[in-house]
Amino acid sequence: MSAQEAHLWPAPQAQKRPEVPRQTGQPAATGAAARPAGTRPLLEVRHLRKYFPIHKGFSRRVVGHVRAVDDVSFSIMEGETLGLVGESGCGKTTAARCILRAHAPTGGEMWFRAASGDAVDLATLSRRELRPLRPQIQMIFQDPYASLNPRMSLADIVGEPLLVNGLRDRRARFEQVADLLRLVGLRPEFMARFPHAFSGGQRQRIGIARALALHPRLVVADEPVSALDVSVQAQILNLMMDLQKTLGLTYLFIGHNLSVVKHVCDRVAVMYVGKIVESAPTPELYRTPRHPYTAALLAAVPMPDPRHRSDDGELKGEVPSPANPPSGCYFHPRCPFAVERCRVEAPVLREITPAHLVSCHRAEELALTGVS
Amino acid sequence: MAADPRGAPAPLLSVHDLKVHFFLGDGIVKAVDGVSFDVFPGEIFGIVGETGCGKSVAMRALLRIVEPPGRIVSGRILWRRSSRAEGPTSPTEQGGPGGNGVVDLAALPAGGPTMRAIRGAEIALIPQEPMAAFSPVHSVGGQIMEAIELHRGIHGSDARRLAAEICRQVGMPAPEQRLDDYAWQLSGGLRQRALIAMAVSCDPRLLVADEPTTAVDVTTQAQILRLLRRLQRERGAAVVFITHDLGVIAQMADRVMVMYLGRVMEQGPVDAIFHDAKHPYTQALLRSIPRLNSTTREHLPTISGSIPHPLNQPRGCPFHPRCPHAIPGTCDVRRPALRPVGEGHLASCFLYSDAEEPAVEGATPA
Amino acid sequence: MAEHVEAAGIPDAVGLPALSNAGAAAAPVGLGGAAAEDRVSLASNWTLIWWRFRRHRLAMASALVLVVFYLVVLVPDFFSTQDPEATDARLAFIPVQPPALLDRGRLGLTVPGVTGRRNPVTLRMEWQVDAARRTPLHVLARGYRYRVLGLIPTDIHLLGTGVPARTGVGVGAEDGVYLLGTDRLGRDQWSRLMHATRTSMTVGLAAVALSVVLGALLGGVSGYLGGWLDVGIQRLIELLQSLPTIPVWLAMSAALPRDWPPQKVFFAISLILALVGWTTLGREVRGRFLSLREEDFVLAAELAGCSRYRIITRHMLPAMTSHIIATSTLAIPVLIISETSLSFLGLGIRPPAISWGVLLQEAQNIQTVAQAPWLLVPGVFVVIAVLAFNLVGDGLRDAADPYGR
Repeated sequence: MSAQEAHLWPAPQAQKRPEVPRQTGQPAATGAAARPAGTRPLLEVRHLRKYFPIHKGFSRRVVGHVRAVDDVSFSIMEGETLGLVGESGCGKTTAARCILRAHAPTGGEMWFRAASGDAVDLATLSRRELRPLRPQIQMIFQDPYASLNPRMSLADIVGEPLLVNGLRDRRARFEQVADLLRLVGLRPEFMARFPHAFSGGQRQRIGIARALALHPRLVVADEPVSALDVSVQAQILNLMMDLQKTLGLTYLFIGHNLSVVKHVCDRVAVMYVGKIVESAPTPELYRTPRHPYTAALLAAVPMPDPRHRSDDGELKGEVPSPANPPSGCYFHPRCPFAVERCRVEAPVLREITPAHLVSCHRAEELALTGVS
Repeated sequence: MAADPRGAPAPLLSVHDLKVHFFLGDGIVKAVDGVSFDVFPGEIFGIVGETGCGKSVAMRALLRIVEPPGRIVSGRILWRRSSRAEGPTSPTEQGGPGGNGVVDLAALPAGGPTMRAIRGAEIALIPQEPMAAFSPVHSVGGQIMEAIELHRGIHGSDARRLAAEICRQVGMPAPEQRLDDYAWQLSGGLRQRALIAMAVSCDPRLLVADEPTTAVDVTTQAQILRLLRRLQRERGAAVVFITHDLGVIAQMADRVMVMYLGRVMEQGPVDAIFHDAKHPYTQALLRSIPRLNSTTREHLPTISGSIPHPLNQPRGCPFHPRCPHAIPGTCDVRRPALRPVGEGHLASCFLYSDAEEPAVEGATPA
Repeated sequence: MAEHVEAAGIPDAVGLPALSNAGAAAAPVGLGGAAAEDRVSLASNWTLIWWRFRRHRLAMASALVLVVFYLVVLVPDFFSTQDPEATDARLAFIPVQPPALLDRGRLGLTVPGVTGRRNPVTLRMEWQVDAARRTPLHVLARGYRYRVLGLIPTDIHLLGTGVPARTGVGVGAEDGVYLLGTDRLGRDQWSRLMHATRTSMTVGLAAVALSVVLGALLGGVSGYLGGWLDVGIQRLIELLQSLPTIPVWLAMSAALPRDWPPQKVFFAISLILALVGWTTLGREVRGRFLSLREEDFVLAAELAGCSRYRIITRHMLPAMTSHIIATSTLAIPVLIISETSLSFLGLGIRPPAISWGVLLQEAQNIQTVAQAPWLLVPGVFVVIAVLAFNLVGDGLRDAADPYGR
């Protein structure tokens, strides 16, 4: 397909974008743009693979694999937020759990720069070797109702990481718990209460307080606002951004809502059926996507503006199953720009402009439309 | 519910001051507390709100599937029956005023023949969870044909042909084969389409879509929304579209109603709601959502506080504890009534009108 | 998404964001808005369960019945009127002496007396209730000596005639009160019933305790660790469950030496019952553990650095405790009936130890039953106990898991 045909790809949003009135929120503190990102990555994932075997038959022999994560590589600099987006089955949650060693990866390396300065490969450590590193990597969960033990009071939930890591003195522990609760915007008097007394947004704050108890360096946030009401999402996102500034946290932000991801992430990686198809700094990814799937995703997001409705740009077909992906480029059956080469040969993730990686044979010749 | 003398069509569905209360052991939860709106033929009416606003309960009340301990306490749901209405209609079940085929659904017995004839044939539901809506032991085709046989009186191979045709219309590839599949064999998007097929199979004049795209991916959501718009245009059906996603509402609805804690905050044409919102709640909601064309890393404006517990509803205007424009002495004592603030645009806020709801006996003390 | 999904189901259709449905529905009535919210939010899981249980009237009544039963278990002698071991062939088959509150217009607890007549043919004493003579009954009267809980000696009984007796030697028919008559050896049935209650109710407890420990341990290990251990334990469970129960009991009971003292037999029976009874609970615990393992809060605990032991004891087991208690309460009646059946067949607890089954053994003979139908009363006690346990167990299960999660 020539470049001209590429323009036939219907613009998902009107070319002229009306000026959206400036938001009344305060911009993040001056440190935001000039934030000193580390020169060495805090986490570097190389060729991560996680396959789940499929058993069949009486003898439970392995007939195939679900390739949940299929050769994924990315890195996160210290102090930045990397967004991992994709639809269901793309492997983003599995990848996150591999980093946390909730699953043992099938292959690949996950180099983490520990507080001591050494780089360790999380994939190869034993349980015992992993234990001293646990405090440095923590997680915020998606479901505020399932992530808190309903039988423990707040003091116990938030204090458990402290207790397990040596802080046995109750008073000192409760003082720290009170500090943590204040940090996330909850009143310390709530310590004696139980999770069932709190709303979803408040529970998420409790989960954040628990994650921060051990002063982690890397926080994996697995869809932290997807289960919350619209008005509460903003509160939690603001909280997370403030905490990042105050505590110097690094986030791996997993989400499926592109508007939310754009708001909090410095860089975004788009996943599709276990692979990363594109990765770039946020403004660039949204303004000039280079992969057809990214463009399609952006086009599919419903704009909260009734003056911009469009019936164009619909992506046909369904997300393939990771147990049986298509040949060649996984996206080719749905891609409007697919050519024969796409069906036969799998593309490689390569740098097309500085810091912008794409996995598409035709990335150079396509001119895709994004959002501004 | 007579036709507008100016020539505008009469509403298809007219809800007047609907109240649905839940009688729990420890108090009464007023899930829907005085909601009124009209739905006109052929339009998409969006109901948007957060948890606890009562939109799901209102939807269930429309279809008379509110389960105990909840029940409709007062209010009318006037439905204009089609001229080809089938099924027995005993004189005692006409219910409510309004001749020429208008029935008050709230006054009908929920399981009675009239309501059963209306449900499915004239008002159909597209529920949220396709896996929960389909029986796992019956084929998808079987369930679609069941609705056809019940309401349209078509049986056997004719019904099957009709079912396959409807499946084709909703964009299912190879519909004839899909009829024999079970719900769990279909992918998420196909299941959703099958659900829509079942809902439109009897050519209803009103479709109630309860968060139909909350559980699907964004690309599938775009497909489903497009399908719904096309079906609605082709068949001339009205749609009541319930969701919490403001983006979806903006793309789909012709008129929008914003609910909060069981009451209507604002109602009007979609453009007015999004570009000229009058109620502080609507304004705050629109400000707080992250947008695709916003600047990265700015603080989002938030609504202070959180949604109060339903057993602990604030006195006066339900939004006043969180409202930046609350007027002390007024907003915390009296409840504002829904009044016009523009062309076809209503809001219930003391900033625009001094009209208030009549005091309710036994109101919860602050 | 969860919050919106929650808004669709009942009673979440009400959209309760802050309180769990059960909490809101169970909080004590009468408190206004904020105060009620506070009380519920400070309530631990056990408090919530108690509130829910309290509303279940039938379960509460049954619980009261069980409390009474267990009071009897603690001090059976207090509730007895005679020494249960005292035999006197002359006092055989004395009929029931029902107590009455009003005696010829006068208020006072009395029982009718009995008159005996020696049958000239069989040369046995035959007794009849004589309504004319009334023996006064005193509350908290003195009777035979015993030790409370084996420690404190006393001779106070709940009911009695006030005539002291020497232990081991029965009181004469004129001075004794036989609320439920006597059996063929002249032993007071009521007192024997009190002592039987102690044995039968505690056999159930001991067996269930053992079952719970075995089931929770093996099921938990199986579920959490998985692998070959899991496979092995599951096959063992299947093996045990496929054995036909009654023949196994018979075989194992018959294998017990006949010369063992009753206490030893008692414990052996408990052990036998527990060894076969743990399998159901083991399966359930394993199933719950398998699903709990995937829960977010368990993962969060692992990330915090909790040891496996702490995760099992602090996070996973407590999630199951209410379920285990409910299941155990429902398992006790099964064990009571098992013990009663075994003892009835003479293969469980044997005389001179007393249990409901042993008492019922006396009623095996049709002639005996025709002559002295009151010997069947222990069966009524079995029914009451089993019903009470079942109702309490149902109430507990509903209170702990109202939505069958």
